[in-house]
Amino acid sequence: MFGWEALDLARIQFAFTVSFHILFPAITIGLASYLAVLEGLWLKTREQVYLDLYHFWLKIFAVNFGMGVVSGIVMSYQFGTNWSNFSTFAGSVTGPLLAYEVLTAFFLEAGFLGVMLFGLNRVGPGLHFFATLMVAIGTLISTFWILASNSWMHTPQGHAIVDGKLIPVDWLAVIFNPSFPYRLLHMAVASYLATAFLVGASAAWHLLRGHDNLALRKMLSMAMWMALLVAPLQAVIGDFHGINTLEHQPAKIAAIEGHWENRADEPTPLILVGWPDMQREETRFAVEIPVLGSLILKHSLSEPIPALKEFAAQDRPNSTVVFWTFRIMVGLGLLMIATGLWSLWLRRRGGLYRSRRFLRMVLLMGPSGLLAILAGWLTTEIGRQPWVVYGLMRTRDAVSAHGITEMGISLALFVVVYLAVFGVGFGYMLHLVHKGPQTNEGREPLHGGAGRPRTPARPLSAPEEGLDEGAPSARS
Amino acid sequence: MGIDLPLIWAVIISFGVMMYVVMDGFDLGIGMLYPFFKDARDRDVMMNTVAPVWDGNETWLVLGGAGLFAAFPLAYAVVLSALYLPLVFMLIGLVFRGVAFEFRFKARENRRHIWDKAFIGGSLAATFFQGVVLGAFIKGIPVVDGRFAGAALDWLAPFPLFCGLGLVVAYSLLGCTWLIMKTEGPLQRRMYTLARPLALALLAVIGILSLWTPLAHEAIARRWFSLPNLIWFLPVPLLVLLSIRALLRSVANGNQVRPFLLTLALVFLGYSGLIISLWPNIIPPSISLRDAAAPPQSQGFVLVGALLIIPVILGYTAWSYYVFRGKVRHGEGYH
Ligand code: HDD
Ligand code: HEM
Ligand code: HEM
Repeated sequence: MFGWEALDLARIQFAFTVSFHILFPAITIGLASYLAVLEGLWLKTREQVYLDLYHFWLKIFAVNFGMGVVSGIVMSYQFGTNWSNFSTFAGSVTGPLLAYEVLTAFFLEAGFLGVMLFGLNRVGPGLHFFATLMVAIGTLISTFWILASNSWMHTPQGHAIVDGKLIPVDWLAVIFNPSFPYRLLHMAVASYLATAFLVGASAAWHLLRGHDNLALRKMLSMAMWMALLVAPLQAVIGDFHGINTLEHQPAKIAAIEGHWENRADEPTPLILVGWPDMQREETRFAVEIPVLGSLILKHSLSEPIPALKEFAAQDRPNSTVVFWTFRIMVGLGLLMIATGLWSLWLRRRGGLYRSRRFLRMVLLMGPSGLLAILAGWLTTEIGRQPWVVYGLMRTRDAVSAHGITEMGISLALFVVVYLAVFGVGFGYMLHLVHKGPQTNEGREPLHGGAGRPRTPARPLSAPEEGLDEGAPSARS
Repeated sequence: MGIDLPLIWAVIISFGVMMYVVMDGFDLGIGMLYPFFKDARDRDVMMNTVAPVWDGNETWLVLGGAGLFAAFPLAYAVVLSALYLPLVFMLIGLVFRGVAFEFRFKARENRRHIWDKAFIGGSLAATFFQGVVLGAFIKGIPVVDGRFAGAALDWLAPFPLFCGLGLVVAYSLLGCTWLIMKTEGPLQRRMYTLARPLALALLAVIGILSLWTPLAHEAIARRWFSLPNLIWFLPVPLLVLLSIRALLRSVANGNQVRPFLLTLALVFLGYSGLIISLWPNIIPPSISLRDAAAPPQSQGFVLVGALLIIPVILGYTAWSYYVFRGKVRHGEGYH
């Protein structure tokens, strides 16, 4: 098929399934914490608006969570089905990390999810808040373990190689490997930012249509505080992340910068745009700022960074791709910072909820977080090539020995099913957003509580309450 | 060394898979019973009996996979790559079924039937291919130099396919008796009428498999039919017969909870029979637990966590079942 080998299909399959998966966790992580904050605020202030927002976002959270779970189950089997040589080689290091994730995070999320979604009038507000907190904490623990595993593949340490297989020697070194702290922070913050912009865009959409109520204003305001405070933080974390990568994966940074050659001791410029050409070994049409590359990455005016030509051709990651994915991520990050600043200025002057130009910008920025996350992961993973475990195992040697037919069938199945199913799922989430938060959605729950197991639950799923009927419902 | 890590891990993984079969078994079974119940309100009730717990049930499958990955990476790599296609089909079945829980209640009235079908088809595909995977696993996986050495379609043989069918029957019975416990009125009465033929079908499946497996696999025949093993293992088939009898009787008597418990006992017995047949291999017919074990540093590291955390998990799982205890009625969904 198009001269592809089974390896290429396996890589496309992994990239495709994990790229879908990562979108859901990002929203899950962000929304779970947002819901915990909303419920906490409600318990503290007893203002109805927080409970309304809680019910509104809970429905969207539920749909998203379902998709996160099913796409994640696929991921956990991919290592064995598609990358069996990787699993045999490195399984005794990455396997335990995944097992800890299941034990400490997945069960926690799953165990309390039912109560969080369906149990408010069965257990009472206090216990229910506890369940929400457990789910939110579970998502963060999950991030911790999966990124420990992924970061270890980027900067492996704490292991020995015996009989051609990896053996863990020092677990603390394995988990807290050099790139882990940066990646963990960067990804957790990315999830919060991505969610904040989704929340903000939902509010902006309604405000632009002339719907206006306290709940929508709260949504926009909370989202913009996140943008203002956290987007700049993300840029700082990203800068440290890059400096760390320069130390451990210099070829990746050279590729990201499209930097081919060092002449004498000249400092490295920063190429703003250009077209890195892998064949010609140069970056064409480059627009560059002298010295700035050294300044950012080395915090020095003279010291150059390693250049791509210093690495053997087969060890160079694809510079054309990572050059651009990186610029997309950083560009979106800068736009987020700008949005945050604009919101501050409007807040000062008044008009945060009325400026149509601003609201349109926030609406456009809705998917920016998710796009930046995809662009960031593409940079990280493609920049790691040709290694799957950096310096220890090449991607080519990691793949299972499947024929091209099986790989073709399974890839085609995944593409068709994912696009159809998750496409519809995103559609449902958008529909729910369009319905908007309802006031007094959760009026009954207060009468429930432990010891009253037969409190009638609201008849929420009665068939006549599909999406378009607009009937107020806690979770139809 | 005092502690036999591979043995302990084999027990933990067996326990995880057992939990999975028991818990996801009944919620997959509900999906397969859907075609017998056309009324949308009945379907709402059926789905609502498991909506708050299905995610936790499925997590045991992830634990089985991750536990295998951590403790026996070789087995994880070989078994999963050998059974590639049936596993992919199973996963896709689970995708459809998992999203149906949420999508069904969000869909427009005139679209809901699509997600009903996704729920039915997904449950059926996931169950059938789980059975196929199990059957292909029992049948044996050729390994050379620590790599799968068979062909991509080895699983497409009568024995695995029959196991697929057998699992469909077993999960349907689990779902049926679960619903006897969780529903009332006409819905429950129809479950009672379904339970009897399903129980008899399961008896037939167990009978056929108990003959087929030893006939086809000499080692398994030797395991069961040599003395003194025969005497030790004899209680298993006897208990199966007793349980089926008690099950049929409890259904006839209209007991509410007992049919489900007896079906659980049956599944547990079938599972024990399987473990007796395969022990101590982790990739039948030749790779043993010890050959495939991860180094003690890995097995020990996760064992600490597993022993501390699994009891806690069982605790909050039980709590969540307790919160959602009792019968589910029409129009009273948790949704
Ligand atoms: C940054 C965080 C993150 C990243 C990089 C990944 N995941 Fe994920 N995953 C989560 C964060 C998460 C989560 C937030 O914990 C999810 C999302 C929705 C959910 O139910 O939990 C989840 C769900 C989830 C599930 C279902 C859990 C359940 O049954 O409840 C599995 C099996 C995986 N993931 C496995 C993986 C694998 C094998 C990955 C690597 C390729 C991966 N995830 C990347
Ligand atoms: C801890 C979690 C992760 C692990 C263990 C992991 C591991 C891997 C492995 C084994 C490959 C195969 C090698 C290859 O195809 O090049 C890969 C490639 C890839 N991964 Fe990750 N990954 C993880 C998370 C992610 C996430 C969350 C994304 C987000 C989108 C991602 C994006 C990619 C992409 C795009 C590729 C393909 C790159 C290429 O083929 O050039 N990864 N990763
Ligand atoms: C604005 C300035 C930013 C800088 C300087 C920056 C820097 C970086 C660098 C250098 C990497 C690659 C690290 C490596 O592969 O070793 C990276 C990866 C990544 N970035 Fe950014 N980033 C920025 C903004 C953002 C934003 C706004 C998001 C999302 C909301 C984001 C999400 C990600 C993700 C998900 C990854 C992959 C995971 C990881 O390696 O951490 N980044 N970033």
